[in-house]
Amino acid sequence: MFAIVDQISFAKIRPLGELWAGFYVSRQNGEALVNANLNSGDQDWSALMMQVRDAQDSAAFAALFGHFAPRVKHFLMKSGATAAVAEDCAQDVLATVWTKAAQFDPARASVATWIFTIARNRRIDMFRRDRRPEPEELDWMGGDAPDQADAYAAAQEARILGRAMADLPEKQRALIQRAYFGDLSHAEIAAETGLPLGTIKSRIRLALDRLRLKLSETS
Amino acid sequence: MMIRHHLTDSLLIAYAAGNLPEAFALVAAAHVSLCDECRAQLGAFEAVGGAVLEAGDGAVAMEGGVETCLARHVAPTVAARRSGIMPAPLAAYVGGGLEAVKWRPLGMGVRQAILPTSKHASARLLHIPAGAAVPDHGHRGIELTLVLQGAFVDSTDRFGPGDVEVAGEELQHLPVADIGLDCVCLAATDAPLRFKDWLPRMMGPLFRI
Repeated sequence: MFAIVDQISFAKIRPLGELWAGFYVSRQNGEALVNANLNSGDQDWSALMMQVRDAQDSAAFAALFGHFAPRVKHFLMKSGATAAVAEDCAQDVLATVWTKAAQFDPARASVATWIFTIARNRRIDMFRRDRRPEPEELDWMGGDAPDQADAYAAAQEARILGRAMADLPEKQRALIQRAYFGDLSHAEIAAETGLPLGTIKSRIRLALDRLRLKLSETS
Repeated sequence: MMIRHHLTDSLLIAYAAGNLPEAFALVAAAHVSLCDECRAQLGAFEAVGGAVLEAGDGAVAMEGGVETCLARHVAPTVAARRSGIMPAPLAAYVGGGLEAVKWRPLGMGVRQAILPTSKHASARLLHIPAGAAVPDHGHRGIELTLVLQGAFVDSTDRFGPGDVEVAGEELQHLPVADIGLDCVCLAATDAPLRFKDWLPRMMGPLFRI
């Protein structure tokens, strides 16, 4: 299991940048954990996405397509789309990733999270024909060069969250999936006691603290 | 803006999952536009969505390849902009700021403007003169009220600009606008309100509240 990160030390280490990113101090046992295996086993989707964003690199995009298009298709089918509709929409979603690559900010979200939001919006168009009111855009990038430590942290969090999800009991994982496939209404989410909200919240604390920090810099 | 009343986790998760009725999603988008705390919280819940998408157990092979994808045309979208007290997502529904709202009288100086959303829930702007009250009412479903200007007070607390009140079935309340400034808020409900007195009760269906 993963230790809850000490937000104070995370805030303090931030100015030291990359050197310290990914170096999390466990509160429970004070043991330092150096997470140096960012690229071992896992693909660095964020780096590929930056290639697409900054150099319109179609080879990098092909790799992203190969990984994410089948997942988006699966996500849409789980949300109730037929295979044909899901195929068509997944193509749309990935085409949006290519066209709107400039909007990708690795310090704000992982590639999977960013693609999830595009797929979610496409699903709303498709099933409900509702408009999707979106929050006002902030200038997250600030004007400074993209913050590599933030980008690294976002990728790390995605990994930690993914592993935490995999570690959940099957029933709880299934509930989270149902919520995100659009199977649970707001009232059901509010009433569902089996939803491991506490676990999820302790795992997303990292992301939360970093986003808060980023927002306070922006405003 | 000092925001004290936030969206609940379940509302933020449902919004992150794309599963709120449009009227509620509008309140959520408007509040998040004003509230950094909820914006960060939303980002974290979207990260859970990313993890669900990424989870190894789900992938369905594509029929078409990446060439098909690159040949697709994606229509550009224009981001809405804030207009006065209206955060961008709301300004897009109103067609501008406060001056663009087409108000209709609701009685006792209170005015409303119903916004066009899908029918699972309804959204309206309310204009309550300083010191005036919205008739005493309860709720069948839930009612979200986001303050855009001024403030109102009910039996639970005081709600100022950016604050959102999440009222469930248990709440019977009589919101009163603060003295000083007319109160403008965005309210969304997923069921008609229940008024205590016969007059608003008769007028409810008429005004679609």
